[in-house]
Amino acid sequence: MGYVAIKGGGRAIRGAEAALDALRTAEGEAGTPLTLAAIEQQLRLLTSRVVSEGGLYHPRLAALAIKQMQGDTLEAAFALRAYRSTKPRLLEAPLQDTNRMRLIRRISSAFKDIPGGQMLGPTYDYALRLMRLDLADESPEAFRRVSRRFMDEMPDSDLPDTFPKVVDALRAEGLLPPVAAQPQEAFDITRDPLVFPVPRSAALATMARAETGSLLAIAYSNMRGYGDVHPTIAELRVGYLPVMLPHPVTGELIEAGEVLMTECEVVAMYERDDHDGPPVFTLGYGACFGHNEVKAISMAILDRALQKGMRDGPSNPSEDPEFVLLHVDGVDSMGFANHYKMPHYVTFQSDMDRLRTTQSQSGVEQKGVEA
Amino acid sequence: MNPGYELPQDEAGYSFGFLDEFAKREIRRTLLKAISIPGYQTPYASREMPMGRGFGTGGLQLTLSLIGPGDTLKVIDQGADDSVNAVNLRHFVELTCPGVDTTERTHEATLIQSRHRIPERALTEQQVLVLQVPYPDPLVIVEPSEARRKVMHGEGDYSRLLTKLYEDIVQFDEITISHRYPTRINGHYVIDPSPIPRYDVPRLHQSRALVLLGAGREKKIYAVPPYTDAMPLVFDDVPFRIEDFRDGQGHRRACSRCGATDSFLDEMIADDGSKTWQCSDSDYCNETLATRTAQIEVTA
Amino acid sequence: MKKILEVRGLSKIHGQGCAHCYESTGPEMDTNLCPHCGSVVAAHGVSFELHAGEILGIMGESGSGKSTVVKTLFFDDAPSAGEAVFFDGEQQRSLFALNAAEQRWLRNHRFGMVYQNPHLGLNFNVSAGGNIAERLLMSDLTHYGQIRERASMLLARTEVLPERMDESPKQFSGGMQQRVQIAKALATQPPLLFLDEVTTGLDLSVQARILDLILEIQQELRTAMIVVTHDLGVIRLLAGRTLVMKYGRVIESGLTDQILEDPQHAYTQRLVASAL
Repeated sequence: MGYVAIKGGGRAIRGAEAALDALRTAEGEAGTPLTLAAIEQQLRLLTSRVVSEGGLYHPRLAALAIKQMQGDTLEAAFALRAYRSTKPRLLEAPLQDTNRMRLIRRISSAFKDIPGGQMLGPTYDYALRLMRLDLADESPEAFRRVSRRFMDEMPDSDLPDTFPKVVDALRAEGLLPPVAAQPQEAFDITRDPLVFPVPRSAALATMARAETGSLLAIAYSNMRGYGDVHPTIAELRVGYLPVMLPHPVTGELIEAGEVLMTECEVVAMYERDDHDGPPVFTLGYGACFGHNEVKAISMAILDRALQKGMRDGPSNPSEDPEFVLLHVDGVDSMGFANHYKMPHYVTFQSDMDRLRTTQSQSGVEQKGVEA
Repeated sequence: MNPGYELPQDEAGYSFGFLDEFAKREIRRTLLKAISIPGYQTPYASREMPMGRGFGTGGLQLTLSLIGPGDTLKVIDQGADDSVNAVNLRHFVELTCPGVDTTERTHEATLIQSRHRIPERALTEQQVLVLQVPYPDPLVIVEPSEARRKVMHGEGDYSRLLTKLYEDIVQFDEITISHRYPTRINGHYVIDPSPIPRYDVPRLHQSRALVLLGAGREKKIYAVPPYTDAMPLVFDDVPFRIEDFRDGQGHRRACSRCGATDSFLDEMIADDGSKTWQCSDSDYCNETLATRTAQIEVTA
Repeated sequence: MKKILEVRGLSKIHGQGCAHCYESTGPEMDTNLCPHCGSVVAAHGVSFELHAGEILGIMGESGSGKSTVVKTLFFDDAPSAGEAVFFDGEQQRSLFALNAAEQRWLRNHRFGMVYQNPHLGLNFNVSAGGNIAERLLMSDLTHYGQIRERASMLLARTEVLPERMDESPKQFSGGMQQRVQIAKALATQPPLLFLDEVTTGLDLSVQARILDLILEIQQELRTAMIVVTHDLGVIRLLAGRTLVMKYGRVIESGLTDQILEDPQHAYTQRLVASAL
């Protein structure tokens, strides 16, 4: 009977949990559980998305979240975020110098030759997207051979540890605005709410943990013509950034660890300078945890678009800080889409009351059987 | 990737109330500001909770920041203690706040977290009501930009919202806002009182209990302090009207379970297509039923 | 006659401005663009007085700064320098010293504005009556019946059919939209009304009827008005006194009849000659 419809909530929730877990193990006797290492390594781009959207660099925990959430990136990133809420903020990291990244890949589409050279590295960009059926039944032996052979065949290289940045060369030529002598204090989006207008660093932080698809969609609108950034990628780099933190006693910067990250700098059309200087190219910046090039590029384009919007007023959605920054967070948007599944009996009762009253104002007779 | 990342020890490591102490302190500071400026949407850095945005994370953060051993918590959704979301939230608080009691009885609770309803039984000065808010800003229907809305609130400029009501009456001879009815607090700020029905709006006016409203996804906290005016936005000559529970003959419908004729009713459709009405507030329904049963026993 | 508005040394620079902006622009320099910093000097040193019930014309070509003057007075734009005092009954209000809320109060209660572009003055998402209601609601009238009555009266007065009151202004002709704007501006019976190129772009016959309406209103309500236009005909018909502006400066001012009969400045002479 009606009243029990929302009774038994506790039992229903426990049942849902059990059903989810049963589906996870549905392979039955033949199944083997996924190891976290396998997720972290073999699904490394998935892990990358989750650490970046979760806003917490912990690949192993991300792998666990992926396993627990059965591969849903939104849910997995969400779990990392919730975990993060339980942790105090111990210190504020000083500015990190991405010149010091240990690179596995860097390219520039602006120049054929760049100081330090182009390095294609691990990318699907030029791979043929043909199904590799040999992976379908890969034997453990074959699997191990691949990695061993790659290491064996690697030539002794004289690759440097770090590479100079392409934008520094442009800057030296006076084609880009100089770096501000006094860097803005970084806005911490985990401690301060966005109250518009917000500084650029708040926009960058929001986009750095944004949901990849949402960021891509809005950046793509700018690329297609709802905007005019017309970017050129000065440099896209992927690699390990040593994280320097002050020693708790001496205050001296020490290397506390490293994070895999993707960084993208785009150069866009030049603008008149506000302070009597000569016109220079403008710059868009994107960076995120993990290996996620689409996200870094989208972010760089949107950074440029937002800077333009902040200066001249937005002329399309991708230049509007409120529009972009309030709609790219995966945890927010996914949660809200899901909440519509919750009971709305009371509000719907109110809606019906209004409609019936309005209908009877216009002379419509009420139908329906009363018990 | 760096193999040095160890997994944390098990969940026993969560602190009381899940959130770290800094976060709770920040929320309490925000609360003080919200109470000091009745109806003002105070921004705060809303934390991610382990349930979805829109499932009451704003209300939950308020609850967790306020609750302590000795408190008795009641959680309701659609007026009921046993709806899935209420069960889920209550379970989470039980898990992370050892020493806190929970109850389904309105009068036993010191803290009540609710979605979409204010309990039928009048609250007291000893109680705090936390409402979950999906959309904190009533101006959003006339102005999409938050920056511009902030100025409108600051200047108390609600003419465009009233114009919307005017247009409603012109078009439908009725104000069509069903729930989330814009309500002016202490003569200045107009709030979205959360998706409570119009039936509950008058309960905000001069409430004995402190009413706190938390929007987790939109990162705002606001308050209706005790004994503060809360007036629905209306025209002088068009009265504010609550949901009408009269039948075709003009009689007030009664709850088919407890017989109450003074409560907000849920309409239900049976398998044969007929309709019945029952209290949305489950505790009130149980209480009324118990009283009635007792009376019947006495007379018998 | 009672003074209602006094403007002294009003200036407006778009851009960052520099020390040479004023000396490097104006009619003598034949530009309003500062060659040193690239800023636009939209208005400089504009001073005038307006009396109750009077219509003052501000005439000039586009870029002369005539619209800038009314935009700053209606608080659509903040001036770079200058002072404006509004004499409101017993009170004197220094317009640019007021805070945002006080400025909004004046806009809603004591001033009215009719824009050339009806999209600026009207909300196209609500009905014609709703537009007037909005203005009445801004001035704290919250009685639905009274709002309906006043809106319908105002629309009737501005010759908009009352039966079209609940339609969106989207469906109206350009002339009708201007009538709704005028009704909206008049809703609070403001003592001061700004009219910015209100007849530009309308058919001649429609123009003539709107100008008649404005004159009638001025005679009935004794509303003081500032009429901004590039059209000598509008000035001739409406304005008792006129300022002629060029490149942000007032180059000539006085009684309209005098200016039209005997223009002193070469620019005004050319304007008058070309209109004959």
